[in-house]
Amino acid sequence: MSEQTLTIDDHDHHDHGPAKGLLRWVFTTNHKDIGTLYLIFSLTMFFIGGMMAFVIRAELFQPGMQLVDPGFFNQMTTMHGLIMVFGAVMPGFVGLANWQIPLMVGAPDMALPRMNNWSFWILPFAFTMLLSTLFMGGGAPGFGWTFYAPLSTTYAPPSVTFFIFAIHMMGISSIMGAMNIIVTLFNMRAPGMGLMQMPMFAWSWLITAFLLVAVMPVLAAVVTMMLMDIHFATSFFSAAGGGDPVLFQHIFWFFGHPEVYIMILPAFGVVSEILPTFSRKKLFGYHSMVYALIAIALLSFVVWAHHMFTVGMPIGGQLFFMYATMLIAVPTGVKVFNWVATMFKGSLTFETPMLFAIAFVVLFTVGGFSGIMLAIAPVDFQYQDTYFVVAHFHYVLVPGAIFGIVAGVYYWLPKWCGKMYDESLGKMHFWLSFIGLNLTFFPMHFVGLAGMPRRVPDYALQFADFNMMASMGAFLFGTSQLIFVYLVIKAIRSGKEAAQVPWESAEGLEWTLPTPLPYHTFITPPVIEQK
Amino acid sequence: MQRFLHQFCIALAFLIPSSVYAAWELNMPRGVTDTSNTVYDLHMLILWICVGIGVVVFGVMFWSILYHRKSQGAKAAQFHESTTVEVIWTVIPFIILIGMAVPSTTVLIDMYDSSESDIDIQVTGYQWKWQYKYLNEEIDFFSTLTTPKEEIANEQVKNPNYLLEVDNELVVPINKKVRFLFTANDVIHAWWVPELAVKKDAIPGFINESWTRINEVGTYRGQCAELCGKDHGFMPIVVKAVTQEDYDIWVAEQKATALATAAAATQDWTMEDLVAKGETVYQKNCAGCHMVDGSGLPPAFPALNGNEVVLGDIEKHIDIMVNGVPGTAMAAYGKQLSAVDLAAVITYKRNTWDNKTGEVISPADVTAFMSK
Amino acid sequence: MNLSTPKGLIILVVLMFGFGFALVPLYDVFCEITGLNGKTAGQYEGELTTKSNEKAREITMQFIVNKNDNLPWEFAPNQNQMTLALGEQKQTTYRVTNTYNTAAIAQAVPSVSPSAAAEYLHKIECFCFEQQPLDAGEHKDMPLVFFVDPELPESISKITLSYTLFDITNSTAPASDPHKVKKVGN
Repeated sequence: MSEQTLTIDDHDHHDHGPAKGLLRWVFTTNHKDIGTLYLIFSLTMFFIGGMMAFVIRAELFQPGMQLVDPGFFNQMTTMHGLIMVFGAVMPGFVGLANWQIPLMVGAPDMALPRMNNWSFWILPFAFTMLLSTLFMGGGAPGFGWTFYAPLSTTYAPPSVTFFIFAIHMMGISSIMGAMNIIVTLFNMRAPGMGLMQMPMFAWSWLITAFLLVAVMPVLAAVVTMMLMDIHFATSFFSAAGGGDPVLFQHIFWFFGHPEVYIMILPAFGVVSEILPTFSRKKLFGYHSMVYALIAIALLSFVVWAHHMFTVGMPIGGQLFFMYATMLIAVPTGVKVFNWVATMFKGSLTFETPMLFAIAFVVLFTVGGFSGIMLAIAPVDFQYQDTYFVVAHFHYVLVPGAIFGIVAGVYYWLPKWCGKMYDESLGKMHFWLSFIGLNLTFFPMHFVGLAGMPRRVPDYALQFADFNMMASMGAFLFGTSQLIFVYLVIKAIRSGKEAAQVPWESAEGLEWTLPTPLPYHTFITPPVIEQK
Repeated sequence: MQRFLHQFCIALAFLIPSSVYAAWELNMPRGVTDTSNTVYDLHMLILWICVGIGVVVFGVMFWSILYHRKSQGAKAAQFHESTTVEVIWTVIPFIILIGMAVPSTTVLIDMYDSSESDIDIQVTGYQWKWQYKYLNEEIDFFSTLTTPKEEIANEQVKNPNYLLEVDNELVVPINKKVRFLFTANDVIHAWWVPELAVKKDAIPGFINESWTRINEVGTYRGQCAELCGKDHGFMPIVVKAVTQEDYDIWVAEQKATALATAAAATQDWTMEDLVAKGETVYQKNCAGCHMVDGSGLPPAFPALNGNEVVLGDIEKHIDIMVNGVPGTAMAAYGKQLSAVDLAAVITYKRNTWDNKTGEVISPADVTAFMSK
Repeated sequence: MNLSTPKGLIILVVLMFGFGFALVPLYDVFCEITGLNGKTAGQYEGELTTKSNEKAREITMQFIVNKNDNLPWEFAPNQNQMTLALGEQKQTTYRVTNTYNTAAIAQAVPSVSPSAAAEYLHKIECFCFEQQPLDAGEHKDMPLVFFVDPELPESISKITLSYTLFDITNSTAPASDPHKVKKVGN
């Protein structure tokens, strides 16, 4: 990145800080406030989704049905997936985006601050509606977060309609948020900051936002078709009227595959910010990293049917999707190599953000390896719908996406609130999370290969030992997250004062601002000098 | 301290029972077909390539973690780009992927060739059991989980084939090409037997096909592999591969049984015999939703104990059993259960728990209803 | 469509929503052209095609039914299997019985395996082209007249044709004459 000089001129403008009282949070259009709202919401949803995971792992602790009945178990797996994907991971990254994007590009706020407020406040309504289905007659949706027809149409409980409305609301929130990010990044960068001078986190979010704008409407279309099949006697997904259940899968996964890249690209961005700081060395291959992001995003549109290898596609289709899926490994691999090259011959220290970032690179790559294995269509016949898949996506999502969010919080929290978190507690949170998640998800590779299907509340005896191990790991991982909550609250209330640049050799506009950040920043844009 | 140890040991005791049967399985089975072995080999090849790449990449990273630490005095180098290196580590993975794609393609093409089959079997997925129909043999039966509810409810010790045992196994001869035609009666299911490396979705309204040629005599167990509702985890598959001679004997037996079942429908049955048989039929087919004690799970699954149809109109009761209740989860059992089984379970329900109608519904009554 | 402005992005959003719906007919077009997913085309409008001079290859056709919870009637092929030459016109029937005690209207939906064979199966007359109303207890033998295109790939020597019956009594507009037969797409 080029050298920067800037003028900060925060003093002689309106010196009012935030509004007083609770209504401040309802009406705020400030990107920092909205970022905080998203992050608190995401953490809350993470615990709610986590409690559902507890129920799942408690039932799967031993063979036999001990705690819940199979119908409720399916509701737990469904809601766990929906809450984590749409309530924890996505809003978590939007929270980081809201805080960081204006700071990183020298903008005073997001381009559309009032739409920003609406984008957030839709979410508590949407999730209240979704969670309330647990208490409705017939129970919550139990058809998996992927809600295939006709299980989710003809055979769905009455709450499916509320599920559909909740998805519509979440989609509108995501689309509006993504639009805001694109418009901000294209129009409000400080003068002198070309696109190829933007920080990697900004790039990762620019591309993610385009993915969102492209595919969330397709999700909206498919749930609208479901609604029409259920209530208006159409037959998009029913052979009876000339429709096809497989059509559902094609449209869903056309959204679904880019969706998983939506969930990981911002994490790539966070890691690309953290590794250079704690290696004291610039990110290796900035341009390649940007091109790799673009390649991944474009390829993500043409691989969707690898989720459908057992559906009976003709061989030409299977081969195409197999090759395209394998191809995505190339730009993803390039990113991993560039991260390692950033660390290589650096001068490394291992503060908590760095621990999470390093664990990300290793464990996300492990998830990437199981992904390559899954891409091989003839072998995927043995992996599909087993715990091998569950292991794969939990590796890319937990030490992947979630670690990305957590790393970002540890990294930027001192700047946001001006206080340092307790480093020993941070390290404890890291190690317990690392051990817990590996204990939980690594054995799932084994039981999946050995033949255990997914979405089952009970299993044959040869899967018992690894399931018990996974459940114990889950309890460890889940409870360890309480350390994070305690640590954040403790930092905000009584943490040591943070330096203006708490991390030696951190680069970027956000670090040039005072710590803690004023309520309004970059009211006058900084001037970026090219060197 | 002693009390703590005592409680700890009790807690440990909970860990033991499942360990007795645990196999600590780490890998996919090789299986018993040429295809399954090729798939296993391909799986291992990809796995080792990934392990190799992992060792190299993580090796470099761990080297840095050990030897490029600031605390050990390492000074950061200044390089941060190199087009040559980017090209190399784009091209080499690409070549490795082509190396993986070639064998993957040949294996897939082979798996898709289900021509020239010796036996064709239509497999239909139901909520929550499988139906097998041997085309050209007039053999048609349902295959349902037989693990006792007491084992699932942890009231009895679990047997070694817990959740992987059925009443009627799919019997096929070894060394013959068996072609499967998959479909479903209601929602999407998937038929999977790991040792055959066959997994295919069963989609309502459509047929999918796959094939296998089993090399070894044996019993191979699999499970449904697509979420299909409440008892998705409770509809296993058991394939029994036998010699051609044993297969021919089995085919003859099946035909004889079919005749016997039809004959049984014309005989006289006593109340005691019907109720006893009915209880078995109920446990296997009905108790999953309507509960062992008939209390059901309203509103989706009505209680049968004290139910007005069960206590009232016989014709309506038979109609619901034979034709199901459209728009609900109550399936049409007329196609799944014989006239004897239907008569037995109807008689059972009308004369058990608090229901005491004293009525006997004979197989002849059911046959008469169905031929109207 | 300037993608750096809200207006441009909203247009993209609306276009993608429309694309989601457009995938529906696109999927059908794709399936019909390629015969993917075992979907057969509609009524065959052309001439019988035969390869001249050569004795046409013989293949096996199997006829089966898929049960469906939606309409659990008695439904079976009157012939399980037949051998035929490519290009040779054949016919067979399926028997259906309404086991309900009310009248209803059924729709038969075909599916072919292997799916690559679907585009070579030409149906000249098929009960699946029309809705099938039946009175309570009524049974019918429904005809199928077809031939298999001589261009069928050499690798396919056995084709399985299956029908699933669906209940469309409530999906059709109330007709004054319940026996009025309507032409439907597939």
